Amino acid sequence: MYSRIAGTGSYLPERILSNAELATRVDTSDEWIASRTGIRQRHIAADGQTTSDMALIAANRAIEAAGIDKSEIDLIIVATTTPDNVFPSTACILQDKLELHGFPAFDVQAVCAGFIYALATADNFVKGGSAKCALVIGAETLSNITDWNDRGTCILFGDGAGAVVLKASEEPGILQTRLHADGRYRHILKTEGRMKAGGLDGSPYIYMEGNAVFKFAVRALADVAEETLAAAGMQQSQVDWLVPHQANLRIIESTAKHLGLPMDQVIVTVDKHGNTSAASIPLALDEGVRSGRIQRGQTLLLEGIGGGFAWGSALLKY
Amino acid sequence: MENIEQRVKKIVAEQLGVPETDVKNESSFVNDLGADSLDTVELVMALEEEFECEIPDEEAEKITTVQQAIDYVSGHLSK
Repeated sequence: MYSRIAGTGSYLPERILSNAELATRVDTSDEWIASRTGIRQRHIAADGQTTSDMALIAANRAIEAAGIDKSEIDLIIVATTTPDNVFPSTACILQDKLELHGFPAFDVQAVCAGFIYALATADNFVKGGSAKCALVIGAETLSNITDWNDRGTCILFGDGAGAVVLKASEEPGILQTRLHADGRYRHILKTEGRMKAGGLDGSPYIYMEGNAVFKFAVRALADVAEETLAAAGMQQSQVDWLVPHQANLRIIESTAKHLGLPMDQVIVTVDKHGNTSAASIPLALDEGVRSGRIQRGQTLLLEGIGGGFAWGSALLKY
Repeated sequence: MENIEQRVKKIVAEQLGVPETDVKNESSFVNDLGADSLDTVELVMALEEEFECEIPDEEAEKITTVQQAIDYVSGHLSK
């Protein structure tokens, strides 16, 4: 028994924030941002638009693409670092907004690796027989935890949501997933703030030591890609598409180079979406599918890394 | 076998996309060879791979010229 992606969907908020507009707020420029990150613009959620609002639209699009009735869904996992509330989980809020109830719904918090963690978890539910049709979402409102006065980080992040419907299937399917974490590196990328005594304790904004994160990410992504392919008994040359977490074009290019994959076999959305954390991989996957580049039967390697540090990959037949 | 100086210069040229003839011992990665902060991280990673050594972040920050890279590698070569 395999779990197989039956359909994908995504959503980006209407409001586009360009590099040029950012340059009017902080000391930066389109050239500076683009040359270091590959980012040209990002989408920003409207006032009052929450993570679950965006997740709902992406979910409905994935349900439609999968050609299922939503009543078939028996598991929801939402990967997010920016939930609507401290609790209940965004997955429970989404379940309610989908007018479904009864089956398990929960959030996964692995920051930019969140979608890979959620996908691997759902894959195990399906393979173990406790779910037949899972809705797996990555959705973020990172604009809420971005310090718009910090030119080192505010240029990087955007909002959005991506979704997949994962169904039990005799044909593959997800072939391999690999998850890793190393908490020793938790201090180089974090948002420390927490609710305490009626207020906020600690910074509510994303903190990042960019160079250290870059170095760790490049190494870890290269290693996990090799490990995943080896576990599946496959070669790099058998991968049709790399669908990486969209943090920084230079990390993506470095990963592709290590894998020996030309950039025309890599789905890149970071230029238009910025870094949408857990949402970036399903957003890129959906763009690849809807643009006709990713075809049924092709082999995809998904991989992501983020704060924790947490990272992982999924190798699958689409 | 090329010596350390030649190997370092070759890596610098490759990583920063400049002709090897432009890579002088006194060249500063940022001021002379047009590197940005991520280029210098990638350069350090390439040196680590080539010479099979680990360059801690606090040491890497002090390596800003070709000569400093040659000196560091010469002093910390694992083989």
